[in-house]
Amino acid sequence: MTGDLTFVIELTILVLAAFLGFEVISKVPTMLHTPLMSGTNFIHGIVIVGAILVLGLADDTFTKTIGFVAMVLATANVVGGWFVTDRMLEMFKRRPEPKKDDER
Amino acid sequence: MISDPDVLGLLYLVSIVCFVLALRFLSSPKHARRGNWLGGVGMLIAIGTTLLVEGISNWALIVIAAAIGSVVGLVGARRVKMTAMPQMVALFNGVGGGAAALIALAEFHEHGGVLTWDEGLSIALSALIGSISFSGSLVAFAKLQELVSGRPIVFPGQNVVNILVLGVAAALGVAIVAGVEGQWAIVTLIVLALFFGVMFVLPIGGADMPVVISLLNAFTGLAASATGFVLDSTVLIVAGMLVGASGTLLTLLMAKAMNRSIANVLFGAFGQVQTGASQARADDGRTVRATTADDVAVQLSFARKVVVVPGYGMAVAQAQHDVRQLADLLEERGVDVKYAIHPVAGRMPGHMNVLLAEANVPYTQLFEMDEINPEFPQTDVALVIGANDVTNPAARSDPGSPIYGMPILDVDKAASIIVMKRSMNPGFAGIDNELYLDPKTTMLFGDAKESVLKLISAVKSS
Repeated sequence: MTGDLTFVIELTILVLAAFLGFEVISKVPTMLHTPLMSGTNFIHGIVIVGAILVLGLADDTFTKTIGFVAMVLATANVVGGWFVTDRMLEMFKRRPEPKKDDER
Repeated sequence: MISDPDVLGLLYLVSIVCFVLALRFLSSPKHARRGNWLGGVGMLIAIGTTLLVEGISNWALIVIAAAIGSVVGLVGARRVKMTAMPQMVALFNGVGGGAAALIALAEFHEHGGVLTWDEGLSIALSALIGSISFSGSLVAFAKLQELVSGRPIVFPGQNVVNILVLGVAAALGVAIVAGVEGQWAIVTLIVLALFFGVMFVLPIGGADMPVVISLLNAFTGLAASATGFVLDSTVLIVAGMLVGASGTLLTLLMAKAMNRSIANVLFGAFGQVQTGASQARADDGRTVRATTADDVAVQLSFARKVVVVPGYGMAVAQAQHDVRQLADLLEERGVDVKYAIHPVAGRMPGHMNVLLAEANVPYTQLFEMDEINPEFPQTDVALVIGANDVTNPAARSDPGSPIYGMPILDVDKAASIIVMKRSMNPGFAGIDNELYLDPKTTMLFGDAKESVLKLISAVKSS
């Protein structure tokens, strides 16, 4: 609903995004794979945009019901995904206190 | 209210940039948290922009649904223990997939089934992949939460049934693309896909969960991307595809770390391939030697170099804090302590890293397999805490073993090996571990947490 894109233009965007995704992700170290999964988990919560469009533009009961459930699920995805990721990343620190690193 | 599509498009572009930068920042632990914040900003912009789209109404419903979803998400994310992270990730992944499938259903209904071929294709794909991701993730959740057995659940003809179900679902998808207008088509497609999702994850053993979870993550991303085609939304297409690419890459990395093809992980029903040859070898007269916490404490205290190999057993016992305390004690005595992390240790990619980070183990002390393997020959004690298959030398030496060819941590090259294990039960893969019969190996039986606590007090008094 951001204008009328043709299928081919959308496909082009999709393919470029795939390459971009591979490129960006291949730089993430193993150590951060769990937060990465959780972080991308949050990002696919972007379906909330679709849920808002469906629910916000719905006029019959069927679409409203489906849109409502989709909205609940998508919001849970966004909110839960973000907070879980933040909790994980909060823990990744260097040495907590500067001690005993110089022993050897 | 914004009616100019260019303004909307630009705002969505800003949020796309935020998502890409968020992923970029994730490549270093220093900036990773900022990355997540940036992703949050991108999401808020996307949501705010969408709410301004002309014609949006049903505000009460939107607010109520958002409130319910937020409470569920917030409570889930806040209250879950760090050890339960894999199932939480699976759950949030599933709901995203479910949302994508429902959006496809609603769009099909809105159009009354009258679709151009590309709309039909996007709707069918979004419904199919989203539903598989939803039910598959729920089964993965149930397995990790131990609501159902983590062991592979198989029955004869399973693969045939699965292929049939998927085949019929795909045929319905083709029918929708070809112009079938009845709502039964998409509803049946969704039901079949949900069923397939369940059948597809049930036979996969717990040890293969890292692969499955990253694959399902990719699925939800792709489903989101497909809904972007239906709704002509660039932000959905790009953000969904970024996740799809990332999930695919992680899946490939995980499968590679086990030296198995993805098809083998998904359809091989690991653990069912127990061969007679590797069974027989256990009975050649060598026995397992059990030891006591006091003996181990002495060994550890007088070692120069100790490598800790954590596995799922540490996660289950939630022993990570105690392990760190033990390591600190040893370091105070001048012992060099390192952690060896196998890429598929635990139940999701990087699982051990998160647990040890929670226990404040600095990430500079954690070493990946390729970095630490050359160090085992100079290691005095390898302390294996609840890890099994990732240390099994059969992966190098026994072509009959199901894990043959999987890169492992070479703990058997250390001067001595201490294995902390609950009992002699084989690991998730259901394979005997030759390591336990090695004359250099001693076993400390018991719950990982209790054993580590005993070790701590024994080291303190020695």
